[in-house]
Amino acid sequence: MTDATNNPGASGPTARKHTSLLTIDVNTRKRNRAEARFRSYGIAAIAIGLSFLVMLVWSILSSGLPAFTRTVVEIELTVTQEEYAAAEDQLFKTRAYQDLLVGSLAAELGEDVDPESVERIIGSPGAMLRNYYTANEDQLGEAVTFKLPTSSRTDGYFKGRITREGQERSTFLTPEDLDLADEMKENGIITSEFNWQFLTGTEASDDNPVAAGIGASVVGSFYMMAVVLILSLPIGVAASIYLEEFAPKNRFTDIIEVNISNLAAVPSIVFGILGLAFFIQFAGLPRSAPLVGGLVLTLMTLPTIIISTRAALRAVPPSIRAAALGVGASKMQSVFHHVLPLAMPGILTGTIIGLAQALGETAPLLLIGMVGFVALKYPDGVAEGLLDSNSAMPAQIYTWASRADQIFYEKAWGGIIVLLVFLLTMNIVAIVLRRRFERRW
Amino acid sequence: MDMYDAPHTERDVEQKEVKISARGVQVYYGETHAIKDVDVDIEDNTVTAFIGPSGCGKSTFLRCLNRMNDTIDIARIEGEILIDGENIYDKRVDPVQLRAKVGMVFQKANPFPKSIYDNVAYGPKIHGMAKNKAELDEIVEKALRRGALWDEVKDRLDASGTGLSGGQQQRLCIARAVATEPEVLLMDEPCSALDPIATAQVEELIDELKANYSVVIVTHSMQQAARVSQKTAFFHLGNLVEFDETGTIFTNPRDKRTESYITGRIG
Amino acid sequence: MSPFWILIVIGVVAVLGYVGARRRAMSSASGNIRNLHSLPNFYGMNALLAGLVPALLLLAVWSAVQPIVIKQSVQSIILDANPDFGSGQLSLVMTQVQRLAEGLSNAIGAGDLTREQVFDMRADLTDVRGRLADLGVALSGDVTQTELQAAQRYMGISAWGDTLRAFAVIAASLLGTAIAFVKTDKDYRARNAVEFMTRMMLLTAACIAILTTVGIVLSLVFNTVEFLRLYPAWDFFFGTRWNGTSQLGLLPLLWGTLYISIIALIVAVPIGLFAAIYLSEYASKPVRAFAKPALEVLAGIPTIVYGLFALLTVGPFLLDVFGDGGALGVDWMSGATAVMTAGLVMGIMLVPFVSSLSDDIINAVPQAMRDGSYGLGATQSETIRQVILPAALPGIVGAILLAASRAIGETMIVVLGAGAAARLSMNPFEAMTTVTTRIVSQLTGDADFTSPEALVAFALGMTLFVITLGLNVFALYIVRKYREQYE
Repeated sequence: MTDATNNPGASGPTARKHTSLLTIDVNTRKRNRAEARFRSYGIAAIAIGLSFLVMLVWSILSSGLPAFTRTVVEIELTVTQEEYAAAEDQLFKTRAYQDLLVGSLAAELGEDVDPESVERIIGSPGAMLRNYYTANEDQLGEAVTFKLPTSSRTDGYFKGRITREGQERSTFLTPEDLDLADEMKENGIITSEFNWQFLTGTEASDDNPVAAGIGASVVGSFYMMAVVLILSLPIGVAASIYLEEFAPKNRFTDIIEVNISNLAAVPSIVFGILGLAFFIQFAGLPRSAPLVGGLVLTLMTLPTIIISTRAALRAVPPSIRAAALGVGASKMQSVFHHVLPLAMPGILTGTIIGLAQALGETAPLLLIGMVGFVALKYPDGVAEGLLDSNSAMPAQIYTWASRADQIFYEKAWGGIIVLLVFLLTMNIVAIVLRRRFERRW
Repeated sequence: MDMYDAPHTERDVEQKEVKISARGVQVYYGETHAIKDVDVDIEDNTVTAFIGPSGCGKSTFLRCLNRMNDTIDIARIEGEILIDGENIYDKRVDPVQLRAKVGMVFQKANPFPKSIYDNVAYGPKIHGMAKNKAELDEIVEKALRRGALWDEVKDRLDASGTGLSGGQQQRLCIARAVATEPEVLLMDEPCSALDPIATAQVEELIDELKANYSVVIVTHSMQQAARVSQKTAFFHLGNLVEFDETGTIFTNPRDKRTESYITGRIG
Repeated sequence: MSPFWILIVIGVVAVLGYVGARRRAMSSASGNIRNLHSLPNFYGMNALLAGLVPALLLLAVWSAVQPIVIKQSVQSIILDANPDFGSGQLSLVMTQVQRLAEGLSNAIGAGDLTREQVFDMRADLTDVRGRLADLGVALSGDVTQTELQAAQRYMGISAWGDTLRAFAVIAASLLGTAIAFVKTDKDYRARNAVEFMTRMMLLTAACIAILTTVGIVLSLVFNTVEFLRLYPAWDFFFGTRWNGTSQLGLLPLLWGTLYISIIALIVAVPIGLFAAIYLSEYASKPVRAFAKPALEVLAGIPTIVYGLFALLTVGPFLLDVFGDGGALGVDWMSGATAVMTAGLVMGIMLVPFVSSLSDDIINAVPQAMRDGSYGLGATQSETIRQVILPAALPGIVGAILLAASRAIGETMIVVLGAGAAARLSMNPFEAMTTVTTRIVSQLTGDADFTSPEALVAFALGMTLFVITLGLNVFALYIVRKYREQYE
């Protein structure tokens, strides 16, 4: 206590230099500049982050939206009974229909049109014609208007995927063909329409890229999500209730806790290895089955659900538990009758977000064989839906992205739009749930 | 010396130079009118105490004096506060420069999680007060001596400031505040988290500080106000009810509310 | 009896138990609910659980063990006949036997063959493969007598085992229900019994997390050990060449992984950290309310989207800038897939991860620290740089380590964006490959799971698991320590 009195006035009022507050000194000015600089770094960081988002969204929309339209040839065709009989007699039947179609189109376009050029533009829809007439023999001899998808190159040309310069040397679609295609477009023979087949179709082979659609893998994803929901919600809630309400504070509980937080950070591909080694090799479940995918994703989602459920349980104030115990309810009753219902909105929100994460997961699915190539048909029922080979949306997108033909890239981007629409819907539901039922204690 | 009697015997009643003068100060927190039309003159080389029941606005008013309320988004201040005749709410005033002039010590000791030396050197460093390490050492030593902490920590200046005892931490914060050579020192209930012995040490320090600074202290303890201050202001519900010599306030209050508070009927 | 019907039967038993026990409890209390220890439903639930839980457990255990027992027994037939079979050949033959057995069972089920016909069949007398092919079951080769015998044994044991299982499970269900029924009495503490069982079920659910970890470790360890038996450990861990078949050196993959992760962190850490600082210290309420969720959208986008973004948008863009004839006139890049492509995109993905973790951590620094600094006349940036960041440093380091672990374990971005060539190079514009991409490529397709080419994926998985686990444990430890400091 003597320090201060030993040095009285070492820098007392007399030594103090008076500075005016109204003039800003050099040092402060320098510091304020540093401040502005630092602040601008922050703004720049936010701006860069947001511009990434904008770029991503722009990329997705500009490359993906064309997948939802397709270029079609609109043509009125009359196939007579005789032509039908003649075509069905030939060895290459679809070829015969193709010739009918090309001939009719070429005739409509004028005499100087090269039929081969027409064929290069419209691709090979002969099989579709044949399917139509074998199913509707009564239409023979009648005029029928068809809307048939063009070849993938023509489609690409009208969507800007293929440029005239790029086709200079092409034998698949020459610049002269493009002139003809432009003419057909002006005549209204070639039009563009919404591509339902992209939403309802299944995976298609390399020869018929136009037909490929995401429908089957949406169904695959649906079955997987059903498995995830049915398993992870009850197990996750039960585990959280135990840890939050009943678990004694001991080593074992600690191990479980550490385990859960670590599992939440284990790379997803490791779960894929687990799925392959345990569910497929050891337990003998079928490869590529949505059931296995669902099981793997359940294990992956559980930590997320447990963490958010515990937070929801913790948010219920202890006074509620005390009140229930106070009227003679058992601990179990207080939890199941009072705490759990109050925590339910939070639990559901967490579950939906966990499901959304699982829906977008790709890597583990590749390891258990749910690649896009297997999504060739719709399942016939629930059992087939769970056990038959199928893909899922993100795995289908991956398969398209790794193929050679560029039209599949468009499909991949389009698939991403479909996937994101699902994710967005789920997140909006979660937000609405939270807004609507959130309680502040 | 007997510190419980000291302030009374040494009480200085002669008029001193006015350091801070507030006129018509209004503070709003969103919709709440926290400070209502306060006028007050705070003198140099004097300890001025703000007392009043909790929520009366005394801390709010204190935080107006170095514009700490600027850091709260919803706070809005009207009126003028002059320091040496300059309005601190003038557009040209940089709060950074102001706060170098008007130091502050908080209710709970808040040393930075750095060494004792770095805690004290922080202010001088950012204000560019030292040209070199030797000068900085000198400033730190002087500040720690003023904070009556030098003898206790001189051998462990590299130890963490958070490792000190509560009383030492608060004296460290005072040393940290005086290191920037302020002219006014604001103290917001500096002893509320301290035990009686530490409180006595800090109070003695406050009394010594008034030789160099104008000290404004907010306290919830009337005894403390009586012990350390020469002037006392009583706040109630955002109003400055009474401002006078400490002796007058405690022995002969003019306002009924002051009397009720002093005698323990409100608060 | 199939598991489905077993479930139906024990379900019925349990429900009957519920109704019976509830009645018995009521009558023992002479119809007055006040004389009972617990509510009548608890007596019913007690019987229901007693009828279900042990029976279901037995069913699960039995169904897991039976195939293993059958396999052992069938394997011994094959090994007796061919003592020199290696594990690869054995597993091939076992697959054939399994197919055969399934085909024959289906044929019996469909009524095409009778049980007697199947068990009297002899491979040297009947064209088994042909007959099964007629019935729609394709076999990979002709059936030998040993295989047929094994298949017959297989079918025999499994039929016998299935019957025994049905008996045992139903008996367990009946026994459990009966015990619960006999115990039911007005003084019996049914509520406590039910709550005890419920608690056990909750505990079981909590243990699934541990089982998952155990499952991961076991599946990695067994296959890794198997791999290291076939391929020298030294060549794996210290090999500098990787071609996916004969040369399986880890180092080039590890280097690719680390290089990409480092680039990702160089992008993500400054942006994420400054974004967090701005959002928590500077941003006004409306800005924060908009920018924070907008950034977090980046975290909610599936990684496949980032992968595609890398492959089709960022890669070609970088190629236009750094490639041959590009905007800079340098020829550093030869293809769209490169370390830089994957690193940049992964960095974008990690920005929200770093920023939201850092945001939490910065917000946890007490306001008193800020007040103390402002009170001394520090500017906001001085306060942040000299007080808040040092105080938050351990937490931020933890967040960065978690981000690093994410980057190392990330798969889809590198599968699509990084390329497939394993090399030890410093040029960030070259394609390199990573641990995760090689796991995918070694395990997709029709690889034979007993070959070193496939098994190496498990060793890679093990490496990945150990690295990320180490980082996670360390990071979580730091973050937890940091939180405790201010709680």
